[in-house]
Amino acid sequence: MSGAVTNIRSGARREWVINLVLLAGLGLVPLWAWFADAPFTITLATRAAILALAGTGLNIALGMGGLVSFGHAVFFGIGGYAMGILASHAQNYDPLVQWPVVIEGTQFMPVIWIVAILAGAVAALVIGALSLRTSGVYFIMITLAFGQMFYYFAISWPAYGGEDGLAIYVRNGFPGLNTLDPIQYFALCFAVLLVVLFFNARLIRSPFGLALNAARQSTQRVEAVGMDPFRLRLAAFVLSGAITALAGALFADLNRFASPAMFSWQLSGEIMVFVILGGVARLCGPLAGAVVFVMLEHFLGGLSEYWHIFLGLLLLLVVLLAKGGLIGLLSGRGAAHG
Amino acid sequence: MSPILFIEQLLNGLQFGIMLFLMASGLTLVFGVMGLINLAHGSLFMIGAFAAAAVAGWSGSFLLGLAAALAAAAAAGVIIETVVIRRLYNRDHLDQVLATFALILILSEGTRWLFGSFPLYLERPSWLAGPVTLPGGIEYSSYRLALIVVGLAIAAGLFFLVTHTRLGDRIRAGESDREMIAALGVDISKLYTIVFALGAALAGLAGALVGAIQSVQVGMGEPVLILAFVVIVIGGIGSIKGALIGALLVGLTDTLGRFLLPILFGTVMDPASATAVGSALASMAIYMLMALVLLIRPQGLFGGAP
Amino acid sequence: MRMKSLALAAALSLSVTLPAAAEPVKVGMITTLSGGGAGLGIDVRDGFMLAVKNSGNTDLELVVEDDQQKPDIAVQLADKMIQSEKVDILTGIIWSNLAMAVVPAATAQGKFYLSPNAGPSALAGKGCHENYFNVAWQNDNLHEAAGAYANDAGFKNSFILAPNYPAGKDALTGYKRFYKGDVAGEIYTQLGQNDYAAEIAQIRASGADSVFFFLPGGMGIAFMKQYAASGVGMPLIGPAFSFDQGILQAVGEAALGVKNTSQWNKDIDNPANKAFVESFQAEYGRLPSLYASQGFDTANLILSAMGKASVGDADAFRAALEEADFDSVRGSFKFASNHHPVQDIYVREVIKEGDVFTNKIIGTALKDHADAYAAECKL
Repeated sequence: MSGAVTNIRSGARREWVINLVLLAGLGLVPLWAWFADAPFTITLATRAAILALAGTGLNIALGMGGLVSFGHAVFFGIGGYAMGILASHAQNYDPLVQWPVVIEGTQFMPVIWIVAILAGAVAALVIGALSLRTSGVYFIMITLAFGQMFYYFAISWPAYGGEDGLAIYVRNGFPGLNTLDPIQYFALCFAVLLVVLFFNARLIRSPFGLALNAARQSTQRVEAVGMDPFRLRLAAFVLSGAITALAGALFADLNRFASPAMFSWQLSGEIMVFVILGGVARLCGPLAGAVVFVMLEHFLGGLSEYWHIFLGLLLLLVVLLAKGGLIGLLSGRGAAHG
Repeated sequence: MSPILFIEQLLNGLQFGIMLFLMASGLTLVFGVMGLINLAHGSLFMIGAFAAAAVAGWSGSFLLGLAAALAAAAAAGVIIETVVIRRLYNRDHLDQVLATFALILILSEGTRWLFGSFPLYLERPSWLAGPVTLPGGIEYSSYRLALIVVGLAIAAGLFFLVTHTRLGDRIRAGESDREMIAALGVDISKLYTIVFALGAALAGLAGALVGAIQSVQVGMGEPVLILAFVVIVIGGIGSIKGALIGALLVGLTDTLGRFLLPILFGTVMDPASATAVGSALASMAIYMLMALVLLIRPQGLFGGAP
Repeated sequence: MRMKSLALAAALSLSVTLPAAAEPVKVGMITTLSGGGAGLGIDVRDGFMLAVKNSGNTDLELVVEDDQQKPDIAVQLADKMIQSEKVDILTGIIWSNLAMAVVPAATAQGKFYLSPNAGPSALAGKGCHENYFNVAWQNDNLHEAAGAYANDAGFKNSFILAPNYPAGKDALTGYKRFYKGDVAGEIYTQLGQNDYAAEIAQIRASGADSVFFFLPGGMGIAFMKQYAASGVGMPLIGPAFSFDQGILQAVGEAALGVKNTSQWNKDIDNPANKAFVESFQAEYGRLPSLYASQGFDTANLILSAMGKASVGDADAFRAALEEADFDSVRGSFKFASNHHPVQDIYVREVIKEGDVFTNKIIGTALKDHADAYAAECKL
């Protein structure tokens, strides 16, 4: 008995060490690349940090809430378009809304982020309120259906570029930073990721996080103490959508481009892959997953035209053999939920 | 709009729905019996089409091509089930989604590696090449008419199989109580392999039949897969009857939506923007239908209580 | 500036026997090599590499990467090529939406971009750039030629359809810009749609005398097969994209006799084209496609400019590109003021040669045709 407890403790400690190594690695590699004048490595690291943020958003719904959303690309895309629409209006000096009040576009990142977060939250509130009436496979599928709806809408709605997407030619601004400099933009994204991870770590231990965890394991148990599991899950879903939307805005700024592909079901699948690859319900699981995914994409893509085959085989091996994802494998804590 | 055009569109919706049923029935069987979400079902559709194109091209016979599609998809089904899927039955849906997502990557690029990047040629048999005239003077493609007939026959056969045969008894038993059939001495792992291969063969057949009028290319299965999911969710997962009704609903909604919505908007706006708005909404119509059904009946039209 | 001219002078004095600028040029090609659209990218790449090989010029270094037909990957690859590969010229993108994502940023960073396929209108008009050259066509061109051909063929009532996305809308606009008859019906289909029964029924009921369609790739294959089976006999017209060498074999009999418009065909009678078709077949064992010809011309354009100027001297190199002093497989080829081609666009008919479906030229739809946006471009 006591042996098992020590085991769990040492596993938890090892997971913390892994998390720190991961974060330090993601922070230090671009720094090295900066000195070595390898700016593309910095771009890759930025991509990994942003995708990790998207995965961290999904992890709140998926890991903590047990809500398998196959439509998180909706929020990613909404964030991307929030950035694209605001920035393109600002670039063209064309007010966003003329009546009843004039609202101008903006190229000021903090404002764009707030708009992206709010838009993502509102969308998640509506989609969540409708989808959470179902559960299990039905929930997976209805979120997928919402994703497809947004995808087709984005492709065929002509106002903001349709399938061509929406390009802005200069990255948006942040006070005191030159965001076009790769290392500075990386630092900004990395800082956002750290803040969200810190927030997330607090959230897991908060009364809300504990209640959500209880609701995932047994609906009756939370109902018995007078809490409404539907509201708990909806709150988790909204939070999750808002964070993923923030990631979408950062991602669009990285590429200076928003496109309907950000809404595609393949992207929903990829965000899910980050979470599962790294380890569901683990603080840094999405980070590990995103880093590994970006590295695979980069190195396998150079090896063979048919690199998707190897990517597929690798994913398959992780699912079949490494329960608890990469972090679970490394920390020796097999089960996804301690 | 003439009544003839409307009836022709109804037939088109029916035919599309029946093809979706062939895809959806396998998916819903596999989910009902094994509780497995199989994203790679679309890849089996693609394998069927490629096998048919290869064999029909080599032998010159469309029927041989169909047989090859059935055989290849069933064989692929058996291999996939025994190597990968079998290990996923006791996992949660999340692992199943990821593993079968990985299978899509492997099967799609593997097919491209084998057959190259260009679409393959697969044509209707010459005896079904032209149009036929139906009562009322409706001219309709004989091949599409044949698809409707074949699809309905397969649906009937499937109902018979599930309700009147030993295999069907076991499938239904497997849906309701897994321990029970194990206790009855049924070899579960063999049953699962058979059910999976059956679903795969149906998908492969659909791929070959549809491939003859569409384009046989890598990635052709994914749009159909999503539609098939919409179908089984509307119909209620695990229910063959639900899959049939859901497939027809989706087929008709999609076809009639594409046809009627632009006309509808044309009454209130200029033609160019009416077609643009109408077709934008039409592409979202089936997903709206699905959301609507789930809001009213969260377990689908014919699904049991969740 | 003085440093540069000194270096140039030094280079000149050292290399008396070499052409003026033997300075190596690094070309980054971002194109689609995996997934459903890979056939087009592979052809562009193969045509490009063939031209480099035939020229024997070893100063052109080529880096090729796969964009998977995803805009965000394409942007990332462009960053990589500019930041770490330090390429001088970018090329290769097949799809308009990917071009829109990559080109403006690349040209803003002072790189040359030569498009071997996509020609979105936004980059031809107000959004044109001195470092952006299109070696293929502006997106509307082939559709405009189809409209002109419809007039010549005496069509008075066309039914027109295209997918509901920007290039589809450009297509119908381009057709209508030249076509003078009535429009019997206009449909936007879903992107990636594979079943056209509903549309074909509407065509049948519309009383049109001809059908213009722009459905690239698999969509066109599906449409033509289903159209042939429906028994609706009105003549089809389309741009070359649905009749290319790569996909014609998949359409088969259904495409026979269909007229389509193209700026290139393998039977254009000039020495450069003959040599291209022969060497392509010898090298890769298949007939070249439209895309291969565009890749081939793109490489030859770069090679011609390399012979005249150093890529380090952007103004001189740009001027050399503007001259377009190379033997195009299309015959006459020059750039309009917006760096888009001025070229003849032909009408082709699908025929069967032995077992192979292919095209033959039956006339010229538009001579020395430029695009409608050149006037908006301030170059």
